[in-house]
Amino acid sequence: MEIGSRRGADIHVAIQKVGKVYASPRGPVPALVDVDLDIHAGEFVSIVGPSGCGKSTLLKLVAGLEEASSGRILIEGHSLGGPPDNLGVVFQRDVLLDWRTILDNVLLSVEFRGKPTDRDRERASALLARFGLGAFERRFPWELSGGMRQRASICRALLTDPRLLLMDEPFGALDAMTRDDLNIELARIWQETRKTLLFITHSIAEAVFLSDRVVMMGRSPGMVVDTITIDLPRPRSLVVRESADFAHYVARIRHHFAELGIVKE
Amino acid sequence: MLKRLFAAREARDIVIVIAAALLLWEGGVRLFHPSPLILPAPSAILSNFLATPGVYLRNLGFTLTMTCVGFALAVVLGVLLAVVIVSSPLIERTVYTLLVALNSIPKVALAPLFVIWMGTGTEPKIAIALMLAIFPIVIDMVLGLRSVDPDMLNLARVSKASPLSILVKIRFPCALPSLFAGMKVAISFALVGAIVGEFVAGSQGLGFQILMAQGQFDTVSVFVSLVLLGLFGTALFFAVDYAEGLLLPWHVSHRSRQSDAGSK
Repeated sequence: MEIGSRRGADIHVAIQKVGKVYASPRGPVPALVDVDLDIHAGEFVSIVGPSGCGKSTLLKLVAGLEEASSGRILIEGHSLGGPPDNLGVVFQRDVLLDWRTILDNVLLSVEFRGKPTDRDRERASALLARFGLGAFERRFPWELSGGMRQRASICRALLTDPRLLLMDEPFGALDAMTRDDLNIELARIWQETRKTLLFITHSIAEAVFLSDRVVMMGRSPGMVVDTITIDLPRPRSLVVRESADFAHYVARIRHHFAELGIVKE
Repeated sequence: MLKRLFAAREARDIVIVIAAALLLWEGGVRLFHPSPLILPAPSAILSNFLATPGVYLRNLGFTLTMTCVGFALAVVLGVLLAVVIVSSPLIERTVYTLLVALNSIPKVALAPLFVIWMGTGTEPKIAIALMLAIFPIVIDMVLGLRSVDPDMLNLARVSKASPLSILVKIRFPCALPSLFAGMKVAISFALVGAIVGEFVAGSQGLGFQILMAQGQFDTVSVFVSLVLLGLFGTALFFAVDYAEGLLLPWHVSHRSRQSDAGSK
């Protein structure tokens, strides 16, 4: 274990010169090159970029699910070997288990470590109620809509009260209106809990609306091209999206991607 | 979907179709008088059965016992084998490949070997039923254990789940629909195995009964055995299907039944 305190104690996740190379039949393929990123405790950071830019790979590295080929990742000052403690993850697919009720699905992460206590159950119920799923505790995933299922999967990630939350395009498969709802709910929950949040999306508007900072990534190979601090007032409601500042941030990021030839204007 | 066959309307349709076919058969035999050696009438088949029902039912009981014991062993061994295969890439490369190769041998041709090894009692019948039934179970179970969403496994790893709890809480329940698909094929194969076992050597069972009747050119008796096999083979299939509905109410193929039941 190393203590990397020289860069300040409030840095929760330090990604230092991280690279990832995958083997393929046609030789090694670099997925990520020299990624440097510090995420402060309680910060909401989004990574936005086109498909294939390695943003999901970066999330898997931070989650300890894959190992970096070069560089290192420190979480709360400790270098990573496998999934860190105090971590919650939400994927694009909700991966709820069809044979378990919503409540039992939320309790799953606790069950892996032992029998859930009454306190765990109370916490799970309270979380579900807060996400508007109180009446659906005893229902099965297939009886719920996509938005409700994804809410349940967020509850599952929050159950152990992790300090670090990783979300990999969690709203990418939802329709636009449900997505707006969930953006507002996520903004509210983050405001209340101030968890460190690394959020991956390919929606520039979503990234600007939710984040303190937006990290832009380009592809082949995946690398960070720019980082933009979003200085919009909090708490944010959907009205923020009609403001000139919001439009300015979105346009700036879009222009930047266009300059790099990643999106067309 | 199959369970809905039991729904009153569809059951009525089936009864009508079968009754019409039997009437056609009976009428055809009475009209054209084919040799009873070739095709007996349904009424003759029924009266032959009713003359000595005890003999047929005793043989049927023996065959069904062999089938069910062989099938049950195939499920237990097949599931264990699948778990072992999935647990190690080395075993998968070797044992699984070997199994697939073995599966391509016409297994009925191995039946005489089992008689040499085990004699003419119940053992070779059970063994042949087991051998025929285990392949679809292993192959489908391996497929099922592998078909878990990779993100579900990632989630388990982030939660620091042990391999055993991943197997019990995620992989195994995920594989159950595949297992049942394999079991539905396997139950029919087990019946084939039991009959083949009785053909090769033995003194009991419907397979033996058919062979005896053949020796005496007793076509009617052969037909009685065939009808019994058809009826109870179907019943075994639906028994597995029913068990699936009870155990996997959450699975896609069973959800429509529930909503149907609700709307009626």
